[in-house]
Amino acid sequence: MNRIKQKLNEDKKLLSIYFTAGYPKINDTVSIIQDLEKNGVDMIEIGLPFSDPLADGPTIQDSSTKALKNGMTTEVLFNQLKDIRKTVEIPLIIMGYFNPMFQYGVEAFCKKCKEIGIDGLIIPDLPVDVYHEEYQTIFEKYGLINVFLITPQTSDERIRYIDSISTGFIYMVSSASTTGAQSGFGNEQTAYFERIAKMNLKNPQIIGFGISNNETFTQATQYAKGAIIGSAFVKHLTKSGVNTIEKFIHAILKN
Amino acid sequence: MNYNVNEKGYYGEFGGAFIPEMLYPNVEELRQKYLKVMAEPEFQKEFNQLLKDYVGRPSPLYFAKRLSEKYNTKIYLKREDLNHTGAHKINNTIGQILMAKRLGKTRIIAETGAGQHGVATATVCALMGLECIVYMGEIDIARQAPNVARMKMLGAKVVPALSGSRTLKDATNEAIRDWINNPVNTHYIIGSAIGPHPYPDMVTRFQAVISEEIKWQLKEQEGRENPDYVVACIGGGSNAAGTYYHYLHNPDVGIIAVEAAGLGVDSGESAATSVLGKEGIIHGCKTLLMQTKDGQITEPYSISAGLDYPGVGPMHAHLAKTRRAEFMAITDEDAMNAGLELCKLEGIIPAIESSHALAIFEQRTFKQDDVIVVSLSGRGDKDLQNYIEYFKI
Ligand SMILES: Cc1ncc(COP(=O)(O)O)c(C=O)c1O
Repeated sequence: MNRIKQKLNEDKKLLSIYFTAGYPKINDTVSIIQDLEKNGVDMIEIGLPFSDPLADGPTIQDSSTKALKNGMTTEVLFNQLKDIRKTVEIPLIIMGYFNPMFQYGVEAFCKKCKEIGIDGLIIPDLPVDVYHEEYQTIFEKYGLINVFLITPQTSDERIRYIDSISTGFIYMVSSASTTGAQSGFGNEQTAYFERIAKMNLKNPQIIGFGISNNETFTQATQYAKGAIIGSAFVKHLTKSGVNTIEKFIHAILKN
Repeated sequence: MNYNVNEKGYYGEFGGAFIPEMLYPNVEELRQKYLKVMAEPEFQKEFNQLLKDYVGRPSPLYFAKRLSEKYNTKIYLKREDLNHTGAHKINNTIGQILMAKRLGKTRIIAETGAGQHGVATATVCALMGLECIVYMGEIDIARQAPNVARMKMLGAKVVPALSGSRTLKDATNEAIRDWINNPVNTHYIIGSAIGPHPYPDMVTRFQAVISEEIKWQLKEQEGRENPDYVVACIGGGSNAAGTYYHYLHNPDVGIIAVEAAGLGVDSGESAATSVLGKEGIIHGCKTLLMQTKDGQITEPYSISAGLDYPGVGPMHAHLAKTRRAEFMAITDEDAMNAGLELCKLEGIIPAIESSHALAIFEQRTFKQDDVIVVSLSGRGDKDLQNYIEYFKI
């Protein structure tokens, strides 16, 4: 079974962490993944940096720009990850924009992911319909789960459609925004979390965007299977470096 | 061969709507409504009235006698430079502001490179009393100071794009991010025939007034609706799309698309997307795109800020691929000289973007009785500083 599905079957709330591959240093990718697993993270989104990340706020934009300057490319990332399954067991997802995958060749990209042991992809600018019509069979052939986003503006009808095409989890964007850490969730957001929770979707939901600390993580996971932290972790790496990952994760998971 | 958009939003293999889910409701609403809204008699009436009384349309189709004599052919200039605000950009912003009002939007955002589209957007926002935010690369803000001042006088807020290369591409990224963050009250007025479907088609339809007028104006002057060639410069491709639109399916009319070669197509400092680009995705559409072999978008270069874009509208990618259009690339130097030549021969100071289209006559010969219509997309006031420095005037 795909590792993502196995993980989703566990009876616990999941913490997923996003980071940008090749940041802060080009060769930090593997050790960051290993550290995250060691400290109790359930799932990792490895960001393949892109020159024009439309859905990202300043923190992830900056880390992407720096990672590209550091020399990160699709090929370099695949090379760094080639032995990752010798040491790491938790689900690994590559998150990136469509153009670099399109240039690599979607099938070649998926094939490589399978070889390495990548379990899924998140591609914010590959729309559900295009995926469904052109790429779904390729993803399935290589056992990859494609994860789709929903937002507070997504209609119930469309959520049902996305649920019908999804095979892992649904990435619930917490508010109408680009990525970036927020301090807390207001009534509007909790109403949205409740609305989705009541829809009884086939796929579990994991909430992302704006989760930054123990409080927001706990709040989000009251309504969903898990939560994803991205910008706050990248900021932490910028400020405190790669040696204090343990401290960051333990603060999130403290209860 | 169909050169218009199909029902799925594609021109051949180019186009589509490669947008994050956050933008889906807005883009989908626009997709479902734009044709219906544009077909409403009330919309048409208001649009045409404003084009006439506010923009000053129809813009003249001017027979450039001395230029024609020099190149021994018949050259007409479609005078978009005489529009209010000085370029064709206003045709689109008038259409889109009326669209935004019908969609109930109260806040307008736009991106701009040279500042022409920013000024045209600020202008229609002032006209309609709507809030206006224009994203502009930090570098462009510095090199297009007069247009920044114009936007501010018109009441717009100009926000510097500080990411990436800090030019048009990055301003577009920032505008898209703003739209993601403000999905309910905001309409994004894209300034060229680019972006996710339905933008390229909507912008093209608003600019199509250019070729609609050329047809009857040429009939009056030459006794025929069809020129032998229509010519336009291409940044994202909105003035070109409007100039070609009513001739796309007419095989008697040749289409010439002029891109900016910058310092030369192979110099590494160029914006000739049809030559240097490969199929890829930028700002929500699949098109020809300048990029590294890894799919990272690269920095274009042109002396003209309006042509300094690493992609090209999907319609033009299709015209290039099918060879319906002949693409030419013009260097900074040739464009600047052609601009100065128009000043001397016809008493018209063109925008540097438009000068690229004029420069083809040095590179390509036409028959003596060929009738060629060139889109003079904008006037050169905004470029005076550039001309002054270049020619040490
Ligand atoms: C005068 C003028 N012409 C042409 C362009 C290029 O845009 P497009 O290709 O959309 O016509 C610009 C853009 O700023 C412009 O200001």
